[in-house]
Amino acid sequence: MNIIVCIKQVPNTNEVRIDPVKGTLIREGVPSIINPDDRNALEEALRIKDSHDDVKVIVLSMGPPQADAAIREAIAMGADEGILLSDRAFAGSDTWATSTALAAGVKYIGDFDIIFCGRQAIDGDTAQVGPQLAEHLGLPQITYVEELKIEGDKVIAKRALENGYFVIEAKMPVLLTAIKELNKPRYPSIKGIYDAYKGDKVKVLTAKDVNADFDNIGLEGSPTQVMRSFTPPGRTGQGEIFQGDYKESVKKLVVRLREKHLV
Amino acid sequence: MDFSLTKEQLMVRNVMKEFAENEVKPIAAEIDETKRFPRETVEKMAKYNMMGIPFPTEYGGAGGDDLAYVIAVEELSKCCATTGVILSAHTSLACWPIYKYGTEEQKQKYLVPLAKGEYLGAFALTEPNAGTDAASQQTSAVFDGENYILNGTKIFITNGGEADVYIVFAMTDKSKGNKGISAFIVEKGFKGFSIGKIEDKMGIRASSTAELIFQDCVVPKENLLGNEGEGFKIAMSTLDGGRIGIAAQALGIAEGALDEAIKYVKERQQFGRPLAKFQGLQWMIADMATEIEAARYLVYRAAYNKSNGLPYNKEAAMAKLFASRCAMDVTTKCVQLFGGYGYTKDYPVERMMRDAKITEIYEGTSQVQQMVIAAALLK
Repeated sequence: MNIIVCIKQVPNTNEVRIDPVKGTLIREGVPSIINPDDRNALEEALRIKDSHDDVKVIVLSMGPPQADAAIREAIAMGADEGILLSDRAFAGSDTWATSTALAAGVKYIGDFDIIFCGRQAIDGDTAQVGPQLAEHLGLPQITYVEELKIEGDKVIAKRALENGYFVIEAKMPVLLTAIKELNKPRYPSIKGIYDAYKGDKVKVLTAKDVNADFDNIGLEGSPTQVMRSFTPPGRTGQGEIFQGDYKESVKKLVVRLREKHLV
Repeated sequence: MDFSLTKEQLMVRNVMKEFAENEVKPIAAEIDETKRFPRETVEKMAKYNMMGIPFPTEYGGAGGDDLAYVIAVEELSKCCATTGVILSAHTSLACWPIYKYGTEEQKQKYLVPLAKGEYLGAFALTEPNAGTDAASQQTSAVFDGENYILNGTKIFITNGGEADVYIVFAMTDKSKGNKGISAFIVEKGFKGFSIGKIEDKMGIRASSTAELIFQDCVVPKENLLGNEGEGFKIAMSTLDGGRIGIAAQALGIAEGALDEAIKYVKERQQFGRPLAKFQGLQWMIADMATEIEAARYLVYRAAYNKSNGLPYNKEAAMAKLFASRCAMDVTTKCVQLFGGYGYTKDYPVERMMRDAKITEIYEGTSQVQQMVIAAALLK
């Protein structure tokens, strides 16, 4: 069985700051990580590999040359090999252009049973790339997977909803997107780290190499245009604190809420 | 001169940092309070090949290097110095002498499970009357034709009681002084070997520090490490490397404390502004960061030398002397920055200050490091 796991290298948003003038992320000096949901997708693929014979896990990413580190980290966790789509032609891609590029990467790989993506990336929060990729490839998709079983040639997934879940069955090949409830990702092993940099485990491919549709990749191929980005201004209103005896305070609070027609 | 880490070392740093913050930090205060040995952490470290970082994969190691190992001890010690020393004593003092001096059989039998983390290791040199004066060993080993019979007592043994394999030093020929000491690989189950008192310590409280008692303990002759009479050389060369691990532990403690202090001075308000706005305190922070950076390069340099087959005896001593002093100085200042809160267990800096002190004492006191450095300069 072949499992393709799509990952994105993202800035660690726990440490990210916003430029107050430009309203954009300050990426300088911010460490890059594998997008958290993608780590859950990778972990699930690795668990399938651990519990089944002949499973190969291939990591696919689109990004600048530095994204190599994210792929190596995935290999250090246990993936078999990686493909990095890296080309100036991909720069500035929105979700449409990204999923178009990834679809070309998947076609280049050819043989697969499952494509696993994270639900969404922490730097964009769109949750569009996984579903779009399934559409490009004409695959069934199950998003928000929080539990997964493999039975013969099909997958049975628990798909999380706001107030419950679906249990969905689909024949492979299938595309799945993972949420963090699915599992707790392992750490890369130290031996895995040293192995990941040995030999030829990561292939870097250009748009031409994967025969990408040049009309639908990169900034030019992206229908989304960012007009302006900004940080919402902080609230200027003053809080009011009621102190002292709590019964009195609650009375005062209720009076104030009534005055404001909130209750 | 290249100060950059390799891609592998950078990734080791990221992984160790994440591991320490998620798995080690949350229990650091609890295990300090209760003196509970963090067995679960050792098992987790074993799972991710952290227990044999600098050893080749054919001997169960991770196939890494000494600098990566030092970074691992540093990152663990930022959150918990106890966990740092468990790894350091295991790797530098138990695995390494077998790797360096062991026969192929000894490596297969002991190094492989040690480096995989299936066994935990310890090193037993110190005795009640042989501390800094390590040559005054009283423990004796008498060869009876088939086995060595060990008699004596070791004290202050890190990982003692928790470890499965011990490197034990004993006199095989008292008339020869230093040259009469030999090293042995002793398993915890050997007849006549028992654990005595467990120390109740000021710092690194969850690290097990034990007395080892040998009463007609039977050690098979194939467990002699190196040759008879090579024990002192084995002990001293092992400690040369061990010092780099302890220096890394000290470095980590100092960094951990400074991280906490920087967070605190930005939040704590006095006289209507955060402490971070007071220049006198800014100078303290600047001095501490500078001292830490200097310590870091001494420690990394010693590890680099060791990995690259360059001399590291003097470099390791300098690294340990400086980094342990830095740990003591920085943690004391950090408690000062926290004021009264720093003196309570509500914040981790008091633990870090207690943990720091031992780095000036074990694996050679600061005065021993000065002796080693002076000896190298004045020979």
